[in-house]
Parts: sequence; structure tokens; C-alpha cells
Amino acid sequence: MTALAEPTGTPAAWPDTYGPEAKPRMGFFTDTSVCIGCKACEVACKEWNLIPEDGLVWTGESYDNTSELNANTWRHVAFVEQRKPLRLDGETASIVGQAAPAPEPLRWLMESDVCKHCTHAGCLDVCPTGSLFRTEFGTVVVQEDICNGCGYCVPACPFGVLDQRKLPRSPDDAPIGLPLMGKKEDGRVWKCTLCYDRLKGGHEPACAKACPTDSIQFGELDELRARAEQRLAKLETDGWNGAQLYGHDPNDGVGGFGAFFLLLDEPEVYGLPPDPVVPTRDLPETWRATAFAALALTAGLVASFLGGRS
Amino acid sequence: MTDRRPFQEQRAASNGRPAGTIEWTGSITERGTTMDSYYGRGIVKEPVWTPEIPMYLFTGGAAGALSVVHGVARLTGNDMLARRSLYLRAAADIASPVFLISDLGRPERFVNMLRVFKVTSPMSVGSWILLVSGGASTTAALLELTDFLRPVGWAAELVSFVSGPPLATYTGALFANTAIPVWHDARRMLPWLFGASAAATGGAAAALVTPPQAAGPARRAAIAGAAVELALNVAMERRLGLVGEVYRQGEAGRFGRIAKACTAAGAGLLAWKGRRSRAALMSGSALVLAGELALRWSVFKAGFQSARDPRYTVLPQKERLAQRKVA
Repeated sequence: MTALAEPTGTPAAWPDTYGPEAKPRMGFFTDTSVCIGCKACEVACKEWNLIPEDGLVWTGESYDNTSELNANTWRHVAFVEQRKPLRLDGETASIVGQAAPAPEPLRWLMESDVCKHCTHAGCLDVCPTGSLFRTEFGTVVVQEDICNGCGYCVPACPFGVLDQRKLPRSPDDAPIGLPLMGKKEDGRVWKCTLCYDRLKGGHEPACAKACPTDSIQFGELDELRARAEQRLAKLETDGWNGAQLYGHDPNDGVGGFGAFFLLLDEPEVYGLPPDPVVPTRDLPETWRATAFAALALTAGLVASFLGGRS
Repeated sequence: MTDRRPFQEQRAASNGRPAGTIEWTGSITERGTTMDSYYGRGIVKEPVWTPEIPMYLFTGGAAGALSVVHGVARLTGNDMLARRSLYLRAAADIASPVFLISDLGRPERFVNMLRVFKVTSPMSVGSWILLVSGGASTTAALLELTDFLRPVGWAAELVSFVSGPPLATYTGALFANTAIPVWHDARRMLPWLFGASAAATGGAAAALVTPPQAAGPARRAAIAGAAVELALNVAMERRLGLVGEVYRQGEAGRFGRIAKACTAAGAGLLAWKGRRSRAALMSGSALVLAGELALRWSVFKAGFQSARDPRYTVLPQKERLAQRKVA
């Protein structure tokens, strides 16, 4: 419990529990400054992980039609159109393009979002079945043969990554959804596995493999963090507007991300929380309140017997 | 329904703190808000929990309180109250797992809850509490009914007594240990609120089925629980600041108002005439029960509403970051 409250930068009990099978912690560095919004990562992820179709809808939100990370979208490319200059030295991209006197700045941000594989993962902490676990690579994975779809991890994730998969009802399903009878919708929770199966075989995850610009970089986390610092320094020297690392700091509220980002604006612009905290960090004080409340409840009920029978 | 005023105004209106401590800029991707967000989409996911969950909060809370009412009634020789609270508690404990299993995405795998025990997961801890507590109370009720194996029955009653109160309050930790702003920010109060609500629910349930001559302790538990619950409820909404406004909006607001009205009216009726009149005792208890059920719905729905709007996730976090930068 105390380990939960203190940032250590290393996942609890990892990698000790793996003994000789322990591996270096692997992760993603997603550099949005070179993302071109091709969605090859989304497609590669779908193909490799056999993820079902996710509503072929037109949202009208730039080029984004998948909208969010959920049970059936494990890589999500965000598109943000902004009236802001790409660089601070006065160079601007413009929809006018021609020799207009003072073109209004316009930039198009793209960011491939993914499960953060937190050092202190809320989803893993709250999973009551042990379905969510920490792999030897330090990543966080759902075991689909164990998950019973209780859904506790869904609101426990500070990023809204996990979601329950709901499939359309089939004629084989029990008529009124009787819980223990007949075939029924999936009901389990799904998320990015950082391609655990591919890692086991010594391959990089499908999204990183498919990324044509190396916006998604896969590797050992320590190395990625060093590389990201260098990249940020270069962008700052070149005068990029709003360049910042997100999730690289092992002292943040989730102990650092296993999959972190270089963003070109504040996190909330991309739909990311500015200062995520794993809910379990505050669990000791919550349990304390629970224990005291239980004692007070007992005392109060006993006291209600003081005034006689009627 | 959604408040689209600039957030500084909303914040100033909602908690009286000075507006505009953080600079915000709009972008062309937003839809009517001045805060930067990704197309106004929520950041944390809304829970996938079904209406069975607030029903379980209600039955679980009632069961927890009834276990104490039963135990003390037995010790003080109030056998009528003791027997009736034991049977009610067993009935609640039979309903509870049905609600919980029915909520699961894969109900046939409910037994996987018992693969592990994790103190980091209030749901895991709660599953074990419910298993022990519900098992004990149903055993005790069965042995009481059949007048069989009395010593085993007493042991079961003792286990049920000890494990009842945690059953009533752990659900506060269950909700609080999430990233849902209106639940997580109330983490120190939710177990108390749910505990008080449990006292009101258990007391009212027992008072509903017991004649006035024997129902005194249950009636007083219902009145005291209702009073404490109402006070805590108001305090929680105030202390939550910006995010507390979800308790005044939408379904959470509607159920919240129903809860307050029913609970206050029921407790008042119990205090006024419940001691002598069976009709007043029954109708007052029914009103308190309705109020407490509405309270559970209100808290449940507030969680969904606070997840839906990114302001409740982003603004407090930005403020935290700004304060840290100053320090």
C-alpha cells in the first residue's frame, strides 16, 4: 500500500517476479511532430489484433472518424486544426498559400494516441480477477480468458483508454439475456497489449512497424526517453510552437508512461489529461475513511438501542 | 442542458472562487466552449456499470446495517426485531449477488472474482466481504427458520455482525477509487455518506415490517441515519467545488432532489408519529427507503455526468499544475 503512494518510477514488484525471464521495460515514444495522419498504425493494429469494425461513421471532426480509444480502437489518430503558427519565428503555414500580405496562421496537428502502459496503472490495480497483469516487458495486458467484464478498469483509467466490447446480439443469444444461458455479446474489456504476442516473438508492435515516418518509435524505455529529450531540444532550437514532452517524467501522477509523447500543444487539446493521477495513489486515505465510517455505523446503530423498545 | 458560458464565469458562479486564475485560449476545433478540448469529448470514460449497481448499493447497504440491528436486538432480547432484521438481511444478501452478477459483461465468469484477493481493488475486497457476510447471514437465517444447529447459527450471526458494517461502507471506496472526478474528489466522504445511507435504509427496512412496540431502535436508526446522510450530502456537494455542480444538473440533480425530499419527509414522519402509529411508522419508513434509493441513483448518475464533460477533468488538473509551478 505504501508503495502505491510513493513514486518509484518502476512498476510494483516488476521485474522481480519474473526472475530469469525478466526483460527490459519496452515502450513507445510517439513523436507527433512527424505524424502525417496516415492512420497506418490504426489499420495495422486492427489487422494484427483482429479487432472488429468500429462504426463506419463520418464525424465531421477533421479527418478523425474513430474519435477515441476504446475496446475496438487501440491506436487512435487525433486531428486538430488550429489558427496558430507552427513555428514561433514567424514562419506560418497558410490555407491561402499565395503571396497574401499576412496569412492567418493555420496548423494541423496529428497525434497517434495509445494505451500509456503506466508505471502505476489504475486499471491493473483495480482489476478484481487478476485478468490485467504486468508482463515481463513492463507492459499492461488484459487476459481475455479471465476478464469477466466487471468494468471496474474503465472508469479507473485516468486517460479513458479501456472500454467494454459490445457486439450486436445474435440469434443464438438467450432470449431475454438470461445471464447463464446461451451465447451473448462479448462483454469483456479490451485495450492495447503493446503487441505482447509480437514482443514474445522478438518483433516490434504492428503500429510501430507500419508507421512510415517513425512518429511511433518502439524500444527500451530508457533509451526512448533519452532520444525524446534530444528531439525536444532540436524542436525548441528550431522554434516549433508548443513542443513539449508528455508522460516522460517518472515522478508524475502515474509514475511515468510506458508509452509517452512529444506534443505540439497542451495535452487537453489532444483529449489527454494535463496532470493524470492513478486513483489508487489516494486509496490508503480512502480505506481509512471506509474503516472509520464502518466503526461509526456500528456505534450509531448500537446507540439507537439506548432509548428502549418502542 | 449543458452550460455553455465561458468556464471562468461558470467556475465563479459555482464555487465563488476568483475567476480567471488560468489563461485559456480557444481553438477553431471547439464547439461552443472556450476551453481547449478535443471536440468537447470527455477525457475519462463513463462507467459501463448498469442500473443494477445502484440497486446493489441499496441492498448491500441495507444488509450491512441490518446485521448490526439484528445482533444488538438479539443481545437486548428484542426477539421480534432480531428475527425480522435477520430475514430481511438474508433477503438483501440473496438479491445483492444477483444484481452484481447480472451487471457483469460475462456473468458466467463471476467466479473469477474469487481467483485473487487484492487490497488495491475495492471490488476484490468487496467481493470477499459479500461472500463471507452474505454466506453467514443466509446460513443464520436458514438455521433460525428451521431451528436447527443453534451453535452454528450463533457463530454465523457473529460473523454476519462483524462483516456487516464494512459491507455497507466499502462501496464508497469502490466508487472513490476511480478517475471519475465527482467520485474521486469525494473519496473521504463517500464511505461516510454510504454508511449513513445504510443506517437509514436498514433501519427503515426493519421498521417497515415491525410493529411500533418493538421497532424503536430501527426507527431511531432510520431517523439518525437520514439526518446524517442529508447533512453529509449537502456538505459533499459544497466541498466538491466546480464538479459538485453535477449534483444540481440532469438526472443526478433530479434524483438528488427526490432523495432529499423523501428522506426528510420520511424521517420527519417517523420522528413525529412513528412511535405510536403503525401507519405512520410504515409510511415514514417507505419514504426513507425511497429517498435512500434515489440517493444511490443520484450519486451513480453524477459519476457519468462528470465523466462526460472534459472541464471536470481538465480544469482541476490545470489548476494543480499551475499551483505546483508557483510552489
